Amino acid sequence: MIRFVANRVLGMLIVLFLVCLFTFVIFFALSPDPAVQICGKNCTPEAIDQIRANLGVDQPFWTQFGTFLSGLFAGRAYGTGPNAIDCAAPCLGYSFQSSQAVTDMIVQRLPVSATVAIGAAVLWLLAGVAGGLLSAVREGRFADRFIAGLTLTGMSIPNYVLALSLQFLLVVTLGWLPFPQAVPFSEDPLQWFQNFLMPWIVLAIGMAAVYTRLTRANVIETLQENYVRTARAKGLSPGLVWRRHALRPALTPIVTIFGMDFAGLLGGALITETVFGLNGIGKMAADSITKNDQPVIMGVTLLAAFLVVVGNMVVDLLYTAIDPRVRVGSSA
Amino acid sequence: MTFTPTELEVEGAAGGEVVREGAPVPPPASGRRVARAFLRDRAAVACSVYIVLIVLMAVAAPLLVKISGYGPLEFDQDAVDPNLGGIPLGAAGGMGADHWFGVEPGNGRDIFARIVYGARVSMLIAISATLLTTALGVVFGLIAGYFGGRVDMVISRVMEFLMAFPALIFMIAVLSALPAENRQILLVLVISFFGWPYLARIVRGQTMSLKEREFVEAAKASGATSAQIIFKEILPNLASTIIVMTTLAVPGYVGTEAGLSFLGVGVVPPTPSWGQMIASSVPWYAVDPAYFLIPGAFLFLLVLSFTVLGDRIRKLLGEGTA
Repeated sequence: MIRFVANRVLGMLIVLFLVCLFTFVIFFALSPDPAVQICGKNCTPEAIDQIRANLGVDQPFWTQFGTFLSGLFAGRAYGTGPNAIDCAAPCLGYSFQSSQAVTDMIVQRLPVSATVAIGAAVLWLLAGVAGGLLSAVREGRFADRFIAGLTLTGMSIPNYVLALSLQFLLVVTLGWLPFPQAVPFSEDPLQWFQNFLMPWIVLAIGMAAVYTRLTRANVIETLQENYVRTARAKGLSPGLVWRRHALRPALTPIVTIFGMDFAGLLGGALITETVFGLNGIGKMAADSITKNDQPVIMGVTLLAAFLVVVGNMVVDLLYTAIDPRVRVGSSA
Repeated sequence: MTFTPTELEVEGAAGGEVVREGAPVPPPASGRRVARAFLRDRAAVACSVYIVLIVLMAVAAPLLVKISGYGPLEFDQDAVDPNLGGIPLGAAGGMGADHWFGVEPGNGRDIFARIVYGARVSMLIAISATLLTTALGVVFGLIAGYFGGRVDMVISRVMEFLMAFPALIFMIAVLSALPAENRQILLVLVISFFGWPYLARIVRGQTMSLKEREFVEAAKASGATSAQIIFKEILPNLASTIIVMTTLAVPGYVGTEAGLSFLGVGVVPPTPSWGQMIASSVPWYAVDPAYFLIPGAFLFLLVLSFTVLGDRIRKLLGEGTA
C-alpha cells in the first residue's frame, strides 16, 4: 500500500513538473516581449535592454525556468535594487498591467470561484445521482426515456446560451430575480444568494446530465453482476440488495470523476463567471485574454492544472481505500 | 474533457459514458439491416436532416447571401435606430422581408448572412478537427495496441499526460499566446492535439484484444507483414467503434470552437462564427434577445443533433460496445 501511494505521488510530481515546463515553454516561446510592454511608447532600445536585464528575460531558457521554479517554492524578486518588486513564496508571476502579483490576484478572487464551484457541485451531484437512479430503476419505461431526453438536451446546450436565456427569462421577462449586483454575504444574504443561483444552475445542468448517464449505466451494469444474483438468490430483500450490493460499487466510480470535475471548476468557470459578471478567477482569466496580460493567463493555467492533477491523485487514493479491487488491478 | 471539460465547461458536451476499453469487439453488423433500422428511427432521421441542411447552407453560403441581398460584412445603418443606441428598428431584432433574421444592433449587419457564413466556419473547423483527431487517434492507438512493449508505454504515457491536462484552459493559453493570423488552422491543430488520446485509448484497447484472435494469427502464419495485418486485418474490425467515436466527437468540437470564439481566442472578427456572435450579443441580451437566441438556437440544435445521432448509431451498431 505504501509503495502504491509513493508511486502515485511520484507520478503526480512528474506530471506537475511537465505541466510547469510545458506552460513555461508556451509562454516563453510565444508571448510578446514583456520589456516592450512595460516600456511603453517613446522607448529606446537601450531602455528595453535594461528592463530585459532587470527582469532576467535575457537569460537562457533553462536559467529562466529555474528562476521560475524556485519562485514557486521560495519566492523571487523582479528587478534589482530599490525598485525591485518582491513576489512572495508561491510566486506564479507578476502582472505588470495591474501592478500586482498573480498569486495575490488569484487569492482575492478564490472565494467567489469556490462559492460557484461548491454550489454547482452540490446541485449536479444530487440531480445527477437521483436522475441516474430513477432511470435505472425504471429502465426502458417512460421515466427513463424522458430523463434520457433531458440529459441529451442538457449535454448539448452550450452554457453561455443557457446563461443568457435564463438571465433573459428570469430577470428581464419574469422579473423573478434582481439584476446581479456584487454584494457581500454579510450585507444582503438574499441578494447574495440570488446572484449565485443562476451560475449554479447553469454549471450544474451540463454536469448533471453527464452524471445521470454515468450513474444509470453503472447501476444497470452492477445489477447484472454475479454477486447481486447470489444476494438475490439467498433471499435478501430487494431494498437490502440495492443498498448493500448494488449502490456502493455503482457509485464509487462517480467519486473519481467528481473529484476531477470539481477541481477543474475551482480553477475558474471562465464562461459562466464572465456572463454573470462574477468577479472570480475565471472572469479574471477571460479579462486577461482581452487585455493580453500573459502572466495572469499563465498563472491561472498553472493553478487549474495543479488542481486537476492533485484532485485526480487524491481521488485515486481515496478510491483505492474504498475499493480494494483497484489496488490489485493497478499492480498487475 | 472537457473545454472540458477537464473539462472546465464547454467540453461537457463530449462527456457521457464512452465505449469501454478492451470491450469485446462485436461482429460487423450488416449494412443494409443497420440502414433500415436507422431510417425507422425518427429522431435519428430528423437529426441527420438538420445536419445535412446546415452543411448545405454552409456550402451554398455565397448563393444564399445573394438571394437574401446582404453580405455578412455589410453595414446597414438604415436598419438600426441611432437615437436608441443602435437598437434594430422593428420587432424581434429587425426581422422582416429585408433582413430575414434581423440585424445586429449597433452596426446593422445582417444576421442571416452571418449565420450562413458562421456555419461555414463552425462546420469546417469541427470537421477538420474531427478528421485530424481520428487520424492521429487511430494511428497511435493501433501502433500502441499492436506493438505493445516500449512503444506502447511511451504512447500511453503521452496520452495520460495529455488527458490529465485541463484542456480548455491550455487551449486558451496556447491560442492567446499565438499570433492572430491563420486562427482557423491553429484552432484545428490545438483542438486535435488535446483530443486524439480519447479515441486512441479505445482503439488501443480493442487492438490489443483483436491481435490475439485466430484470423490475425492465420495472417501472421501466412507471412503477412505488420503493416498488412494492422491495416487489412485489424482496422476493418474497428470501423464501427471509429464511426461512433467520430460522431460523438463532432458536437464536442463544435462546442469547443464556439466556446473559444466566445472567449475571444477563436475565430477573429470580422469573420463570423456562431460562438463569437453570441459573445458579441452579451451586452445586448436584455434589449435585443433575438441577437443571442438565433445563433444560440442554431448552435444548440447542431450540437444536439450530432449527440443524438452518435447515441443512436452506437445503439444500432451493436449493444455490445455500448
